[in-house]
Amino acid sequence: MRNEFEHEQLPQEEFERITIDSDQAERIEKPSLSFWQDAWLRLRKNKAAVVSVVVLLLFLILALIGPHLNGHAGDAQNLRHANLPPKIPGIEKMGIFDGVGNLAGKKVDLYEMKKVDEYYWFGTDGLGRDLFTRLWLGTQVSLFIAFVAAAIDMVIGVAYGGISGYYGGRTDDIMQRIVEILIGIPTLVVVILMIMIMDPGIMAIIIAISITGWIGMSRIVRAQTLKYKSQEFVLASRTLGSKDGKIITKHLLPNMLGIIIINTMFTIPNAIFFEAFLSFIGIGLQAPDASLGTLINDGYKVMEHQPYMLLFPALVISILMIAFNLIGDGLRDALDPKMKD
Amino acid sequence: MVKYIGKRIVYMFITLFLIATVSFFLMQSLPGSPIASYSKLNETQRAIVEKKYGIDKPKPVQYAIYMKNLAKGDLGTSFAFKGKSVNDLLASRIKPSLILGAQAMVFGTLVGILLGMLAALKQNTFWDYGSTFFAILGISIPSFVFASLLQYWIASQWHLLPVGLWNDGWKSSVLPSLALAMGPLALSARFIRTEMIEVLSSDYITLAKAKGANGFEIAFKHAFRNALIPLITVLGPLAAGLVTGSLVVEQIFAIPGIGEQFVSSIMVNDHATIMGTTLLFSAFLIFIIFIVDILYGVIDPRIRLSGGKG
Repeated sequence: MRNEFEHEQLPQEEFERITIDSDQAERIEKPSLSFWQDAWLRLRKNKAAVVSVVVLLLFLILALIGPHLNGHAGDAQNLRHANLPPKIPGIEKMGIFDGVGNLAGKKVDLYEMKKVDEYYWFGTDGLGRDLFTRLWLGTQVSLFIAFVAAAIDMVIGVAYGGISGYYGGRTDDIMQRIVEILIGIPTLVVVILMIMIMDPGIMAIIIAISITGWIGMSRIVRAQTLKYKSQEFVLASRTLGSKDGKIITKHLLPNMLGIIIINTMFTIPNAIFFEAFLSFIGIGLQAPDASLGTLINDGYKVMEHQPYMLLFPALVISILMIAFNLIGDGLRDALDPKMKD
Repeated sequence: MVKYIGKRIVYMFITLFLIATVSFFLMQSLPGSPIASYSKLNETQRAIVEKKYGIDKPKPVQYAIYMKNLAKGDLGTSFAFKGKSVNDLLASRIKPSLILGAQAMVFGTLVGILLGMLAALKQNTFWDYGSTFFAILGISIPSFVFASLLQYWIASQWHLLPVGLWNDGWKSSVLPSLALAMGPLALSARFIRTEMIEVLSSDYITLAKAKGANGFEIAFKHAFRNALIPLITVLGPLAAGLVTGSLVVEQIFAIPGIGEQFVSSIMVNDHATIMGTTLLFSAFLIFIIFIVDILYGVIDPRIRLSGGKG
């Protein structure tokens, strides 16, 4: 009651007359956001995706500079230093990573025993090669294979699906019959057969992974092309005399970019998996090359006595896969307008 | 519908025929011969061995013979296993693979469905985040990494279960099944969660709530049944994942199954067995995709079969 009374007592001079400016009435306070700005805002709100991007960048940097960090070369063999457990300066005093390993069932400081002064952060393998260096060299190879395979899948898939959907008619018919047959062939079988007839190596793995990898992308792009090419803005552009090339690059591709990015994002972990899988069963990369798959395979063989040889590459591949999947999920939520809240 | 099924069956055979043809000629171009291990033989002995396995004839003739036998269901003779027929070889190894696959599938999807439902019903709580995180782990961690870690800790460190082999009854099958089950578990958990959330926001759920149906009834009778239907669509990728997984998991646990056979045949260049296994895997996966497409059309008439996914 008292408050209301006070309000009535406000002096006249406290008030100021305003004039209504008709120019300002239509002013939009917030700048309107483009699709990509909008998507970026949504992606930034997704904590899991942001953390994954940071982790991924960290791993990318480590994969590039990691092999040069501790002065050991990845292929330098030193049999005197074979099978050393991890030892990291600083952390060693905490009782972990202190170079203590099993020897005939007893805990022994193997570094002291073998009179090794150097530090091998993640230990060494049976040939005395530094695992820290090899791990990041392997990550480099795995990521390279995954990125190249994903890029090839994207280019072929977009081109194939785009042509098939845009030109339609007989072209589409023939191209889709081919896809219908190809899609029935299990990826695994094709990949293994292809890899067997080629000389083992990075190129062989990339070709084997991409040989059927583009099909999923081509189907999505074809469906999108069909959807957009019959819409009014394309018709308008055509009426104004645009050529096919301009319609495709100016109108169709920008609209499909989101879905293409999402799909490529999910191809990458898939390619990482297939590379590791092939190397693990022994038909992927051959020694002395290292990839995450071969490192896991090496580690698996000796995990009974040197579990660290399995653990580090297993951790790196798992974290990489999780990060890529989470970023893919985040991008899908951010770019897919259907999920827009 | 009948026309569609007929068309699909024709496609299935064309696909299988193509796979057989392509893999036959790929086998021929492989570096290394299946009789490389007979290198100590002299010319006459080699000729006898080649004649015995039918690889002395020209390639097109070999191909014709192989295809003719294949039509009769005969996959030829293994090079590596002393003249054993590939049919017998695969038949003797199919049981462990089937048991592991079935256990992984049943366990994985059941637990996955439960996790997915829990996540959807308790959306944005600890349970939701927990099961979503678990699903991401299951999708991301490669089956062979998971299998080796299981083997290291549960079998060789804690001695709870056998490290490998197929000679300890059900105990032998626990770890490999678990390793294989991670994929189906994660996939179905994610899938059911998305579907359930969508279903739970639909009008008929609101109606059921207004009617006074209790939470349990809504969750199981109304939401769950409708969320379950689309799960059929992921059966195809699931089966493909199981086959891929079985190759490594069987190798890790030394299970005498089809997957282990495939990998070891690749190592010894046993062409006939590689081809037989390839065809068996392909036939299995093609058949699953076929069944999925048909089932989907039957269960959900809104799906236009002509545009069905291949």
